Amino acid sequence: MANYHEQLDRTFAALVDPTRRAILARLEREDGASVTELARPFAIKLPAVMKHLDVLGDAGLIRRSKVGRTVTVRLAPDPMREAVEWLRRYERFWTGSLDRLAAYAEDKEAKARKDDP
Amino acid sequence: MTSLTIVRKIAARPSIVFDAITTPEGIAHWWGPDAGPVLLAETDVRVGGRYRVRFRMLDGTEHESSGEYREVAKPERLAMTWRWAGGAEDPGESLVEIDLRAVAEGTELSFTHSRLHDEETRRGHLDGWNGALDKLERYFNKSKGDHHDHP
Repeated sequence: MANYHEQLDRTFAALVDPTRRAILARLEREDGASVTELARPFAIKLPAVMKHLDVLGDAGLIRRSKVGRTVTVRLAPDPMREAVEWLRRYERFWTGSLDRLAAYAEDKEAKARKDDP
Repeated sequence: MTSLTIVRKIAARPSIVFDAITTPEGIAHWWGPDAGPVLLAETDVRVGGRYRVRFRMLDGTEHESSGEYREVAKPERLAMTWRWAGGAEDPGESLVEIDLRAVAEGTELSFTHSRLHDEETRRGHLDGWNGALDKLERYFNKSKGDHHDHP
């Protein structure tokens, strides 16, 4: 479980930065884009983009591969899927709980009205 | 997106909803993600007072969370810290805020569970997180292959 949370920490830390989110969103549309293509829309220099790619790579969110002189970047789905699943568990916990809370309170309300119409 | 917000309309007056949320008897009826039983519920409903709830899920696993009441304004608002008991599984302390507003149907309940992850994330710029995550989620659902299951 410790590793699981370390991975979540890395995933969330990587996602905090808007440039890195933009890179991931771009890869979602265009998986396998080259580093040069990825860098083009940003007002920052290539080395800065490379640094962001390093963070995403260290977090396991992307994989880079080199073909000739071109480095292409692909999304690696597992860590994001785990982050989404982790948030989903909270959602399930509370939607389930609040459904029953509503049913219980409504039952109490009905009884209160019966006792004191 | 390290916070979760749920809004619900409940056909009961705010004071009844507030009691259901804060009394051990009330908590025993609803706390937990499925129909498994609440095993223990303790509350000391005042600012600085603590609560502790333990429940069993239908799959047999038991979970416990506890925390401290930060704001208690019956019947409108309740804020409390939240922490899972469980060593390495513990992702730190988070915050639960519940606002109850009287409406024609009864109560509008606004529920927020925030600061769900580490300090660094919390301090970061979370704007836009939602949209980015949603899009990525679509992608990952598309390419869903193996199944991940964590307790």
